[in-house]
Amino acid sequence: MSIDTSKVADSNATSAAKASKPSKAGAVATWADDRLGLAGAMKKNLRKVFPDHWSFMLGEIALWSFVVVLLTGVFLTFWYVPSMGEVEYQGSYDPLRGVHMSEAYASTLHLSFDVRGGLLLRQMHHWAAMIFIASMMIHLLRVWFTGAFRKPRELNWVIGCLLLFLGTLEGFTGYSLPDDLLSGTGIRAADGFLKATPVVGSYMSFFLFGGEFPGESIIPRLYTIHVLLIPGLLVALVAAHMLLLVYHKHTQWPGPGRTNDNVVGYPMLPVYAAKAGGFFFIVFGVVAIMGATMTINGVWKFGPYDPTKVTAGSQPDWYMGWPDGLLRVIPGWESVIGGYTISWNVMIPILITPPALLVLLIMLPFIDQWITKDKRDHHLLQRPRDAPTRTAIMVALMTFYGLAWAAGGNDIIAIKLHLSINQITYFMRGALFIGPVIAFIITRRWCISLQRHDREKLLHGYETGVIMRSPDGGYSERHLPISESEAYRLTARDREKVFTADGRIDENGVAAPGGRLDGVRAKLSTLMYADNIQKPTRAELEEAHHHAEHEKALTAALTGHAADGHQFDGKRPVDDEALRGD
Amino acid sequence: MTDLEKHGDDQHGDDHGTPDDAQGRLPAMTGGYLPVEEPIANPGLPEHTWRPTDVDEGAAKRAERQVSLMFLLSGVCTVLFVVAYFTLDIGDNWTTFGGLGASTLFLGLTLGGALLLIGVGIIQWARKLMADHEIVEMRHPARSSDEDRETTAAVLQTGLEESGLGKHSMIRRTLLLSTGLLAAPAVILLRDLGPSPASVANAEEGTGLKHTFWGTGDRIRVVRDVVGTPIRPADLQIGDLVNGVPDGLLELEGIELQVAKAKAAVIMVKMEPREITPGPGREDWSVDGVICYSKICSHVGCPISLYERTTHHVLCPCHQSTFDLADSAKVVFGPAGRPLPQLHLGVDDEGYLVAEGDFTEPVGPSFWDREK
Ligand code: HEM
Ligand code: FES
Repeated sequence: MSIDTSKVADSNATSAAKASKPSKAGAVATWADDRLGLAGAMKKNLRKVFPDHWSFMLGEIALWSFVVVLLTGVFLTFWYVPSMGEVEYQGSYDPLRGVHMSEAYASTLHLSFDVRGGLLLRQMHHWAAMIFIASMMIHLLRVWFTGAFRKPRELNWVIGCLLLFLGTLEGFTGYSLPDDLLSGTGIRAADGFLKATPVVGSYMSFFLFGGEFPGESIIPRLYTIHVLLIPGLLVALVAAHMLLLVYHKHTQWPGPGRTNDNVVGYPMLPVYAAKAGGFFFIVFGVVAIMGATMTINGVWKFGPYDPTKVTAGSQPDWYMGWPDGLLRVIPGWESVIGGYTISWNVMIPILITPPALLVLLIMLPFIDQWITKDKRDHHLLQRPRDAPTRTAIMVALMTFYGLAWAAGGNDIIAIKLHLSINQITYFMRGALFIGPVIAFIITRRWCISLQRHDREKLLHGYETGVIMRSPDGGYSERHLPISESEAYRLTARDREKVFTADGRIDENGVAAPGGRLDGVRAKLSTLMYADNIQKPTRAELEEAHHHAEHEKALTAALTGHAADGHQFDGKRPVDDEALRGD
Repeated sequence: MTDLEKHGDDQHGDDHGTPDDAQGRLPAMTGGYLPVEEPIANPGLPEHTWRPTDVDEGAAKRAERQVSLMFLLSGVCTVLFVVAYFTLDIGDNWTTFGGLGASTLFLGLTLGGALLLIGVGIIQWARKLMADHEIVEMRHPARSSDEDRETTAAVLQTGLEESGLGKHSMIRRTLLLSTGLLAAPAVILLRDLGPSPASVANAEEGTGLKHTFWGTGDRIRVVRDVVGTPIRPADLQIGDLVNGVPDGLLELEGIELQVAKAKAAVIMVKMEPREITPGPGREDWSVDGVICYSKICSHVGCPISLYERTTHHVLCPCHQSTFDLADSAKVVFGPAGRPLPQLHLGVDDEGYLVAEGDFTEPVGPSFWDREK
């Protein structure tokens, strides 16, 4: 088998290939470069290396669904009328014919029933928006669990958090535009949230609504925010996110030949560009099929907004569910201090907790860095188990989120499980505090056990499932060494040491200032690292292997025998070999 | 390959170094990454494995045909999309297939098919036929070199000095002041987004946060929402719930109607008079067991709807606040902080239910100065 390897490059050449006959594309490129001079910048970036891993696709889903949302959104603007002027509906949808409604709602109905492909695009827009937000969330989790947010990528983490926040806000404004009963209920609640703001609340409500709720300004204003303001910010932030990604180069998983100083993968042109470009079509196609087959936000079912009507089980889009859940389980705390009303029952779940959690999310990389005091550049990803405390922190946050989200569906849970809403609410009040703590402890311990398992594998090999009986009747399981690349992968991680405050003494023997904070940091560092299982040193590894040699000598009689253990790991064919007794 | 192995091994030692600020001086401050000898040396990038399509001309041809077929099928889908657009009706026939409109369904499926086939085709092409040799690139620190930093700092310094910004502190301060002041127009210009709550407050017109349509006239009748018919206490059975509005409100149009309704809507229920525990001073606010409250939840303002006649509890569907209508609509459960405002009922000469005036407190969600 002879292969012509000359046709593939194994690194990016720095000198140009031999000039060949000028082609059409070449002529275009020359024309463009004469004016733009981009060749200089492109020559490096066109063959930029991107490592491959399935989890790197999550961010791509977010990017492409955002593009789909932009494209479908532009279509919707051609028919949607952002006005609260009252009209009498005369379109195709029979049950609402003759009903008075806002132009916004009437145009949404028109779009759904009288524009070919209109309903499809509306549903695609909504599904793509949901995929956008969901994939951002999962992408964020991937970045956290693998430590990809560490220096020098903290700013991209911050941008990502802002994207998630703005995306959510964009979704809320979009959901409000059709001006149907459900979206009006959402706006009504938003009015209540604004009014609960101390001092300026009623002014904020009057300014947003252009007077008393619901007024006639809210839909046009939300429209501008939805199609101009937030999309503009989102596009700018996405661009910054991508630029930083290219500048930093993608992180990669450690492995043979993959270090903190290089990046191994496919060049952007052609393989990576083709895969990413193809993936765009796949995301777009999946959204189209979802839009075709799954009804979403059937605005015609509930009729136009009427401040005296509401449907049971009315809920916001799922990504707004968790603050709604907090709002449901909070006790009815409201106090009047000096004649002024303070609505804790709205402020805590809506005005305080979500912004506080957003700030916490944004700050996480900096808090992590402060505790670990790690200022180096990190380009290698970590497995979640190799940072047990960090992993546990996110699982605790996820637990809180999940419980709050479930609380947002407490009426549905009550109906489905035949429970009383009161019981669910009381349970949630406790669970929101206890759940994350339990999740933290379990996750941390779980990770540490996995680390221990890795260490076992390194020192004593993997479990073959072969049970050996010694002459004196004891049983033991036979272990076999793992491959070198696997062993390298398991050891390609940092060795951590707990920070201790008492050692912080300067050259002159005087305790340095800032000692109190150091105490806190030492405690946190202990929590972070003290229980982690470190990888073995070379000496330990040699000692263990020596021991294994010894054991092998004892069982030498077995080697090459039918049951040497390799039959069960798929590493060797077992055609002619049979276990005794088979 | 040689070049990979070189990087693989050479670079390996330094990526577990100590943080640069911590070495030596402060032994305990290393936050801890100790350069202990690595247990296993980096074995270097594994040998490239060739795909069948790299070595077998036939396999490559097959892959080429597969990819082209997908692109062709995509084209077929697009043609079908156009056909579906022009042949399938929308409008009245929007539930042709399993509740989905034929047009929406076929447009979406053909569009989805066209897009998916292009996507899958391109990826198949990339996986099977494009060169799949992994290549290696070295990373560079995100920071610029010390030299660049110094040069830039020097340039900035020069700029600063040449502008004299440091020297003329008066210019600096007045410039800061004047540009800072420009924030004021940006904020002020938003002022006319809406009137202030105080400026719209008018009891006669029922406008503002503290007045409703009930105060716009004398003894306004409670009429049924939508139909607008007045109600006598005897029209109601024990356990009935009526959604009411003030007489005259339904003549309003558009936004005016919405604003008025959002505050004046009420629920009226009839129960055994002895079951009612009237609030202090409200002994005569109900008529023959008919009692009336604001329909707007005191939590964040959803209209309340679900009434359970045996317990006299009414539930808000938004966040499940529950109010006991027999006991001044006190909150028995949920996040609401206050009872629903009660409307003082009476009967007029013709025996119809009327309001003896506006609500005595603001309806709907709480706000800062609602008690003032
Ligand atoms: C991240 C970006 C975006 C998100 C998350 C988002 C989300 C949404 C959602 C959930 C709806 C309600 C859809 C429904 O069921 O009717 C909506 C409606 C709408 N969106 Fe967006 N959108 C985004 C960007 C855009 C952009 C960029 C435009 C236009 C340039 C746009 C234009 C519209 C229009 C016109 C409507 C009203 C259509 C209707 O309800 O009939 N959107 N959006
Ligand atoms: S609005 Fe009624 S409980 Fe929240």
